[in-house]
Amino acid sequence: MSTIPEPAGTAMDSGDTSYLIDESHSSTLVSDKRYIVVALILAVITGFEVTLSYIDVGPFFLPTMLTLMAIKFFTVVLYFMHLKFDHKIFTVLFYMGLFLAVGVYVAALMTFHYFGA
Amino acid sequence: VNVVGEPIPADGVHHAGHSAPEEHGTTGLSNNKMAMWLFLGSECLLFGGLISTYMLYRGRHSGNLGPNQIFDIPFTSVSSFVLLMSSLTMVLGVSAAERKDFRTARIWLILTATLGATFVGGQVYEFTIFYREGLGFTTSLFSSSFYTLTGFHGAHVTVGIIMLLSLTMMLKRDRVSGDRAESVEIIGLYWHFVDIVWIVIFTLVYLIPT
Repeated sequence: MSTIPEPAGTAMDSGDTSYLIDESHSSTLVSDKRYIVVALILAVITGFEVTLSYIDVGPFFLPTMLTLMAIKFFTVVLYFMHLKFDHKIFTVLFYMGLFLAVGVYVAALMTFHYFGA
Repeated sequence: VNVVGEPIPADGVHHAGHSAPEEHGTTGLSNNKMAMWLFLGSECLLFGGLISTYMLYRGRHSGNLGPNQIFDIPFTSVSSFVLLMSSLTMVLGVSAAERKDFRTARIWLILTATLGATFVGGQVYEFTIFYREGLGFTTSLFSSSFYTLTGFHGAHVTVGIIMLLSLTMMLKRDRVSGDRAESVEIIGLYWHFVDIVWIVIFTLVYLIPT
């Protein structure tokens, strides 16, 4: 868990600077066994994705593939990169770039009529 | 504060070159870790541009040298599985480092670098096959955008391998200044990022046909 600077009148006044040390080694909240289970789930989803690319599921193909991709993406971000357990500011920094990129490039593709093609 | 005026870490143990308050700024969080997250956010824009360019041009190819004809899905699936498993070994390395078990962490880091090298080797093999089939960098808009996108990703994986091996050597020789577990975690963040970029590339480029 992250240590947030304490308000005046506590450690700051006493000269104790230990509150400034980042103790956010968040992965200690998750056991190695849990990481292995998450990796197995990711492997199964990948196998399912590959299988799906060989069979004809009609109009469900694209939404299913994109959903599975998103599940894998956010599973790695939340569990392996510890964004689920870490300080919210890291989430803001990363998602700011991610959503900006998605917005900018979806708009760029729309100007080329990509989605209507 | 100790006798020379340096702050004493929260755990009471003074590591060589341990995180000083200025490395944590006013937020109480690690500036290095924050910088890495900011960098990864900006990398989304880089790869977003490359993926969008590929999506626009993937239909612009000549004859039978298009994505549906040349991609070897079973081979790329194995490569993807290898990179996915490297994320597991990386996170186990981070976990070991945070338990201060740096000997085990080094083993996981070496294994991660090996899996990464296997992935890059597979990519070089794939590029060689495509080139022999007649798909050069300037053959078509599809080939240019494909090689640029996957080449950039491969370069990122290669940089990650170099960072992993350098970190392993530095940990072994006790040359890491500051919080060693945090250094492993920050390299881990970069490694997982190249994995999530590949998750997107694998689905959009390889599995979804034109």
